[in-house]
Amino acid sequence: MSPRNPTWRVKRRTVLMGSAAAALATASNTGFPRMSHAQEAAAPVGETRMTVSLVVNGEPRELELDNRTTLLDALREHIRLTGTKKGCDHGQCGACTVTVNGRRINSCLSLAVMHEGDEIETIEGIGTPESMDPMQAAFVEHDGYQCGYCTPGQICSARAVLAEIEAGIPSHVTADLMAPMQVTEDEIRERMSGNICRCGAYSNMMAAILQVHGGQA
Amino acid sequence: MDFNQPATENPADRQRVLGKSTPRIDGPLKTTGTAPYAYERHDVAEGQLVGYPLGSAIAKGRIVSMDTSEAEAAPGVQAVIRTTDMDVLGKFQMNVVPLFGGPEILHYHQAIALVVADSFEEARAATALIRVEYDEDETDGFDLAARREAALEQEGEIEQEVGDFETAFAEAAVTLDETYTTPAESHAMMEPHATIALWEGEGNLSVWTSNQMVAWNVQGLCDVFGLNKENVHVDSPFIGGGFGVKLFVRADAVLAALGSRETGRPVKVALPRPMIANNTTHRAETIQRIRIGANEDGTITAIGHDGMSETQPGGRGENCTAQTPVFYAGPNRLIVNRLVDMYLPEANAMRAPGEASGLMALEIAMDEMAEKLGMDPVEFRAINDTQVDPGDPEKAFSERHFVECLRQGAERFGWADRNQEPGSRREGMWLIGHGMAGGYRGAPSTTSAARVRLQPDGTAIVETDMTDIGTGSYTIIAQTAAEMLGLGVDKVEVRLGDSSFPVSAGSGGQWGASSSTAGTYAACVKLREEIARRLGNDDASALEFADGKVTTGDRTVPLTEIASDGEIVAEDTINFGDFREKFILATFAAHFVEVAVHVGTGETRVRRMLAVCDAGRILNPLSARSQVIGGMVMGIGAALMEELAVDTGRGFFANHDLAGYEVPVHADIHEQEVVFLDTEDATSTPLKAKGVGELGLCGIAAAVANAHYNATGVRIRDYPLTLDKVLDRLPTI
Ligand code: FES
Ligand code: FES
Repeated sequence: MSPRNPTWRVKRRTVLMGSAAAALATASNTGFPRMSHAQEAAAPVGETRMTVSLVVNGEPRELELDNRTTLLDALREHIRLTGTKKGCDHGQCGACTVTVNGRRINSCLSLAVMHEGDEIETIEGIGTPESMDPMQAAFVEHDGYQCGYCTPGQICSARAVLAEIEAGIPSHVTADLMAPMQVTEDEIRERMSGNICRCGAYSNMMAAILQVHGGQA
Repeated sequence: MDFNQPATENPADRQRVLGKSTPRIDGPLKTTGTAPYAYERHDVAEGQLVGYPLGSAIAKGRIVSMDTSEAEAAPGVQAVIRTTDMDVLGKFQMNVVPLFGGPEILHYHQAIALVVADSFEEARAATALIRVEYDEDETDGFDLAARREAALEQEGEIEQEVGDFETAFAEAAVTLDETYTTPAESHAMMEPHATIALWEGEGNLSVWTSNQMVAWNVQGLCDVFGLNKENVHVDSPFIGGGFGVKLFVRADAVLAALGSRETGRPVKVALPRPMIANNTTHRAETIQRIRIGANEDGTITAIGHDGMSETQPGGRGENCTAQTPVFYAGPNRLIVNRLVDMYLPEANAMRAPGEASGLMALEIAMDEMAEKLGMDPVEFRAINDTQVDPGDPEKAFSERHFVECLRQGAERFGWADRNQEPGSRREGMWLIGHGMAGGYRGAPSTTSAARVRLQPDGTAIVETDMTDIGTGSYTIIAQTAAEMLGLGVDKVEVRLGDSSFPVSAGSGGQWGASSSTAGTYAACVKLREEIARRLGNDDASALEFADGKVTTGDRTVPLTEIASDGEIVAEDTINFGDFREKFILATFAAHFVEVAVHVGTGETRVRRMLAVCDAGRILNPLSARSQVIGGMVMGIGAALMEELAVDTGRGFFANHDLAGYEVPVHADIHEQEVVFLDTEDATSTPLKAKGVGELGLCGIAAAVANAHYNATGVRIRDYPLTLDKVLDRLPTI
């Protein structure tokens, strides 16, 4: 121990993980809530692996997966489409945003086996370095990123946001539900707020999204 | 190349490519999801297994027993690595706490085991089956405020003592004596720490990782495992943000290496997001007492800054007084730093360590002082500007245009039309306020090497172990080589992050851009010399490089012809000479902010922000601006929401994920403007450039806080300025 801090004393406070009486302590073992020991030890009911058919970026894929595999990990680890990012694995950051049957979702919050027959579009399906989608090109032009890790999710969201407004889907900041929906900075900010960018490229992304919208209009 | 005197005119001054807004050359990869980050490198090694870590459930004590039998028997499990099965591993000098090995626990979520399995799902499930029994030590607690009084009785470290502070302060016409607090903060970069490791034979280790400092990472792995540098290979070409938390080797790399050593197969480990805040490093919590004394005319006569932060024993805490010795003038000064040992997770560098939190306090104090003096805070700062180190007037700033930042900022922002009376301007339910603050951050540069390879097709390849953590290194290095060789940026390929490349400065401390471009410059100068030699001309500086051709006298030769017999390779290192030590090299900013605070809820919206920056020559205005606005965003976080909440009973950060630790999102960011003064710093590097990656964060949080005060009339000295701190003191609706 450091001589600068000589006052610590050992106190025999045993924390025994996993006993029924120590449920609270158990929860802190990994820092997240978990099932009780007994539940874990119980054999799983039914099959633990399944086959699922997805259409990813227009290509049919059949995967045999551990049921616990998220859609995100099915893409990243099994199909090896690593453009979709894992920032938190808990639905907190938006890095894993993809579209499923045209709607954006956090793919880390969804099990792959729930998507039988679904059409998934990932960043790789939107464009390539040689042939970028207008949103991708606008992000490059306006420097709508820095480290790039949130970027595929931002781009998937940005395209979906314009489509959602176009489709008349309201948001928290939509003032008039009866009037035709407008692409405004406030609407974009609100709808993009599920995608965190720690590099803080938000205002550059805004410029990119507005430019793409302007080009569409 | 030795940089032993201020730069004179040189080929980098042409500014045909450098100094021009240039979209990132890695942009098409990043925007299409094809830039490979560490965890995604399926191609680098066959048969990758997945490791999932377990963190300690106590802050301080030791492991009595660890039962891994169920985990070992779980489906898919290949190995369980236990800290109790080995002695404590070695430690890189910049790490404070060892990353693995032995039963001693020094902080919560310290890595204590790794389960290696065929799949992520299996590894994660098996990790939850490990039973651990601890002996918990009693400690002196985890509450900095509660320990402050005792800590003040200890002698602090005196950073600067000039004149007679106590007397001058006692005699000053106008004084301020206030205490400010900044909470612990988390880097919260978007890419979790991740490594794929392959351990081969007796001690050949390859890691594909996410790290800001490749050479430090190599050294770190050598120190941890007792390996030789020749046998360690590190590759880190894309880094999903770092902000300081990826400066040194961390548990992901150590665990992946251990897993691979045990299984003989490549193992990949990403730190689960909920483990990052407590397993890795954070910016330390601080308590800062600031005293300023001034004459009636606003001239500062005494300035005192007493900073305190938490740290693991032997650590560095947060040097929150970093800027105070030199930012403002004043003949009597007393600046003290204190460390309070605490078994919280390791406090270490986070973007602009020192200044970021120091200016959060100092720049509120300056605002308060200006108010006491009845002065415009812009004016108060301007009249206390100094061009020399106030503690050593022989030592001048190489370049300091802070006053110009202030004046230009005031002009552009419309400062004259600001709300003057706190709490008096209102738009409907919103209270409107304006605030400003100064920004300061040192501008170090350090040894950096690069290799340039002119190809037979007339293109060039630059190789250096420099990293691009979002800073734009790829692009400014390409611009530098393009400028020096008369090429377009599209004719330069840049390869980064590989430890087999020449050792660079790496990315940290705002030194990356200035150092790595200087290293590239040095290599290009060498290449130009070789080209000159081949053209029979001794004087490389007489050569003109343009449009893929080189001209000597009346002869013009395409580069394709010069390299037609095979590539020409030049490698060099920039070494920075002692002459720079006679100067202080630093960057400056003036931040201006308009906020709206909801009179009913206390919710704060930053409506408009402007930063005017003095950071030497700007190499790529597009990406430099992004660095600054990114810093400003982080500053809004620091001002309004970011706080690692300490569980002072059990000693850990309770809000350890991206739901609990709030950072700014799109909805928080409105108008942002950045202006770069057209300055050059010949003392800094041959390119006359300084870093800008941290400056944007320096001072901005205080500008927001000052605007918040101006809007509400309620002065808050405890960050972040959450609405609970103001709610009961807002004017009536
Ligand atoms: S990885 Fe899915 S939301 Fe963060
Ligand atoms: S670009 Fe780095 S997190 Fe958005």
